[in-house]
Amino acid sequence: MTTQVNQDLTYIKIGTLEDFRERMGRVIRLKQKEIAVFLTTDGTLYALDNRSPHRRGGPLAEGMVSGHFVLDPLYDWKIALDSGQVQAPDSGLVQTYPLKVEGKNVQMGLTLEQARQLGLE
Amino acid sequence: MGAIRQKLVLIGNGMAGVNTLEHILKLSPEQYDITVFGSEPHPNYNRIMLSYVLEGSKTIDDIILNSWAWYEEHHITLHTGTTITAIDTQQKIVFADNGLTAAYDRLIIATGSNPIILPVPGHQKQGVVGFRDIADCSVMLETAKQYRNAAVIGGGLLGLEAAKGLLNLGMNVTVIHLMADLMERQLDTSASAMLKAELERQGLHFLMEKQTAEIYGGERVEGLTFSDGTKLESDFIVMAAGIRPNTALASASGLEVKRGIVVDDYMQTSAEGVYAVGECAEHRGVCYGLVAPLFEQGAVLAKQLCGVQTKPYEGTQVSTKLKISGVDVFSTGVFLDQPELTVIRKQDDWKQQYKKLLLKENTIVGGVLYGDVSDSSRIQQWVREGAAMTEAIYAELMGAAGTALSAADRVAQMADDEIVCGCNGVSKGSIVKAIKDNSLTSVDEVKACTGAGRSCGGCVPTVSHLLQYVLGDEYAGQKTKTGICGCTSLSRDEIVATIKEKHLTTVKEVMHVLEWHNPEGCSKCRPAVNYYLGMLWPQEHEDEKDSRFVNERMNANIQKDGTYTVVPRMYGGVTTPQDLKKIADVAVKYDVKMVKVTGGQRLDLIGVAKEDLPLVWEELDMPSGYAYAKALRTVKTCVGQQFCRFGTQDSIGMGIRLEKTFERIDMPAKFKMAVNGCPRNCAESCTKDIGIVGNDGGWEMFVGGNGGIKPRIAELLCKVKTDEELVQMVGAFTQYYRLTANYLERTSEWVERVGIEAIKAEVVDNMDRRRELYQDILAALAELKEPWSTALEEQRESSYLFDAIQMK
Ligand SMILES: Cc1cc2nc3c(=O)[nH]c(=O)nc-3n(C[C@H](O)[C@H](O)[C@H](O)COP(=O)(O)OP(=O)(O)OC[C@H]3O[C@@H](n4cnc5c(N)ncnc54)[C@H](O)[C@@H]3O)c2cc1C
Ligand code: SF4
Ligand code: FES
Repeated sequence: MTTQVNQDLTYIKIGTLEDFRERMGRVIRLKQKEIAVFLTTDGTLYALDNRSPHRRGGPLAEGMVSGHFVLDPLYDWKIALDSGQVQAPDSGLVQTYPLKVEGKNVQMGLTLEQARQLGLE
Repeated sequence: MGAIRQKLVLIGNGMAGVNTLEHILKLSPEQYDITVFGSEPHPNYNRIMLSYVLEGSKTIDDIILNSWAWYEEHHITLHTGTTITAIDTQQKIVFADNGLTAAYDRLIIATGSNPIILPVPGHQKQGVVGFRDIADCSVMLETAKQYRNAAVIGGGLLGLEAAKGLLNLGMNVTVIHLMADLMERQLDTSASAMLKAELERQGLHFLMEKQTAEIYGGERVEGLTFSDGTKLESDFIVMAAGIRPNTALASASGLEVKRGIVVDDYMQTSAEGVYAVGECAEHRGVCYGLVAPLFEQGAVLAKQLCGVQTKPYEGTQVSTKLKISGVDVFSTGVFLDQPELTVIRKQDDWKQQYKKLLLKENTIVGGVLYGDVSDSSRIQQWVREGAAMTEAIYAELMGAAGTALSAADRVAQMADDEIVCGCNGVSKGSIVKAIKDNSLTSVDEVKACTGAGRSCGGCVPTVSHLLQYVLGDEYAGQKTKTGICGCTSLSRDEIVATIKEKHLTTVKEVMHVLEWHNPEGCSKCRPAVNYYLGMLWPQEHEDEKDSRFVNERMNANIQKDGTYTVVPRMYGGVTTPQDLKKIADVAVKYDVKMVKVTGGQRLDLIGVAKEDLPLVWEELDMPSGYAYAKALRTVKTCVGQQFCRFGTQDSIGMGIRLEKTFERIDMPAKFKMAVNGCPRNCAESCTKDIGIVGNDGGWEMFVGGNGGIKPRIAELLCKVKTDEELVQMVGAFTQYYRLTANYLERTSEWVERVGIEAIKAEVVDNMDRRRELYQDILAALAELKEPWSTALEEQRESSYLFDAIQMK
């Protein structure tokens, strides 16, 4: 896995704390790309690409959240919210994005490369 | 990372090529930059299933194996609609018809085959096609809408599947075959005759031993003439007379080609760095026309390309199955009688079964099955291993008295590579290995570890027999103590009892008090506990949205592209012209992808965007049809007394009344009813959870039917005289089911588990109990609100559930 040095990230605001509810995913739309944001019971926020790595695809935001995992709403794959790692017996990886909260504002970190891919230069 | 990736180019985006790529991505995902060229405009799909598309049981979407997203995720450059026209094996470059070029370090050719179009006069007329790809399949689907008479040339596997598909599409189909026997390359004369008789019964016509001499007509075909001077009128001709490896590109590029592209035991062609797999390749003089060999070839080639040690590919023993419903045929190895072979044969014309085993000096070398193919995997194994014939095998196969196999023995006999779970492609071998390596003891653990049993559940009995087979008595001992899921070891009854006793009211509380191993549960126990709470405390329990499946949370059915299907209620399957118009207007305005009449007599609006759901509901201004819910779905009705000349009861009226009375209430599983006006049973009540049949003096009530994964015919619960009695009985039965069934247990399974007599005793015979159950369900019903209007109100307060946050 690639580790990203922090100062290389640019942060963009994706909403405020009120926009997110416990154990219910929410979709953030950035140009043509969708990010799913989840708030877990212990108050942690996570951001992942809103696309299941199952070969038939599908969204993740509507999945059930249990602890620090989301259960894919279409195929019931179990996916770790922090690493994006699909749990055995299935396999795959979802792109995750770091989040930080300043005051009430929620911000998402992107590398230059990701920002370019999302058309956000 | 550092190392520069090598360039791998694949020509042919079909089953063999992409299967090889899948293996490579598993073995060494970082090694290659991959580029794929495919002539067809589609991503990789399952060609085998085209027969099902034609037959109507699958759509094109269903048969896609790897979506565009898959290529993107694995950074594979895919050029569809692009045909490679030349390979420069010196410079290592490929050239495409549209000007694209690509350099390669390694090249895989997987160009498949072309259908053989017989060069008879007239073959180039309109209305003559092969059966190979989605384009051919689309032509057939279109043609069937406009024309009546079809001829299929070729009575082999492909021809018969094409013919059956066209028949299902409503055409009048004649199969023309050169030989005296159908599928003569797989079956012997006896099996072939049985097959022909069955297909004739299904409605196909046959002209045997006919050689096509000419196709006549104007611009479009009008018919065929045969070498014996006879004729057949036809507006459409499918040629299924065989396939020819697609080698034009390879031979033009200087590769060694005989019938196919010649490869060695590691799939290497005569050119350095160039490989071939699949139907286009010729290995040890054989070109294969089925997928099993090409998957084996792909596995060897992938290892070769990733530098992983591998055994050479030594050829494949092929077997055949025909994919036509109601016709089971199988053959493997040597199947024709020959003087030097010993033949064991059993023909049963009454049960329409045929079995044959062929021995060469007592070694099993081949077999044919018709009618019952459950022994196919074992015969395949015997042939592969060159097993010797024994008394035991004889008794088992030919059914000597008292030798019927137990389920455990049967799984013991299965070949290791036989697929147990068709949905997830898990073999017996990998399940047995997982059980041993990880000391698994329950079906759930096998599910979690291998994926088997996670989709339709049809394979769960076999998985459980496999556990028994590996663990022996240990497994039987384990079986009594399994929880409702992996998060708890408590059973449903224990959980319900504690909720009642301790008066627990939230999912969190239940999991906390009962010490769940996984504090927030999973997608199995959360909805179940939420249901138990609602069932026990209808007035008090506040439904927990985060423990509902997405469909129930959104009050619509999610599709795999993230859009939804909206289904308005149509009580008893009845609507009005005004409502129909409104539905049509909404469908047009929101640009839905399809409007479909369902099996339960209502209209699906398929493909509504999530953000549009509230608007669609508002404009429809109708109640939700609950097509997503573990609740009453539809009440199907026949025409009945109001209009039908046979009707003795008002089935429409009763259907509407039942649907209005019992809609919306949560149940352990989905629930369907049907009401018929007379015993002719036009609304098919025998496959419903409750099926009602009107007769001259009242109603009969049937329960526990199912038309789904495990079909079951409903059983008679009781006969009643009046409408009131019927409604009360339906209510009492439903409430008893709500109280005692496991979550997700359909009435068919529940009735079998509890027993119809026990249910009768509670619901029919005990009048006080019946009244009490009925009162309880009415009380629970009184608490319910229409979900679409409720969601609309909530939506006005907060856009949380439906709207995405849009960034600029
Ligand atoms: C209707 C039907 C039913 C079948 N049923 C069964 C069955 O029940 N069991 C079974 O085992 N097998 C069945 N088969 C056979 C099975 O589908 C084939 O064996 C298998 O698809 C062969 O795989 P392949 O990759 O070699 O060729 P294909 O899957 O045909 O792939 C070849 C691809 O290469 C492309 N191509 C060709 N030339 C070029 C070029 N120059 N440049 C770019 N692309 C090119 C073609 O467009 C094609 O998409 C069936 C086949 C059909 C048509
Ligand atoms: S079930 Fe009887 S009443 Fe109903 S439509 Fe059929 S024939 Fe008519
Ligand atoms: S066959 Fe195993 S889940 Fe469907």
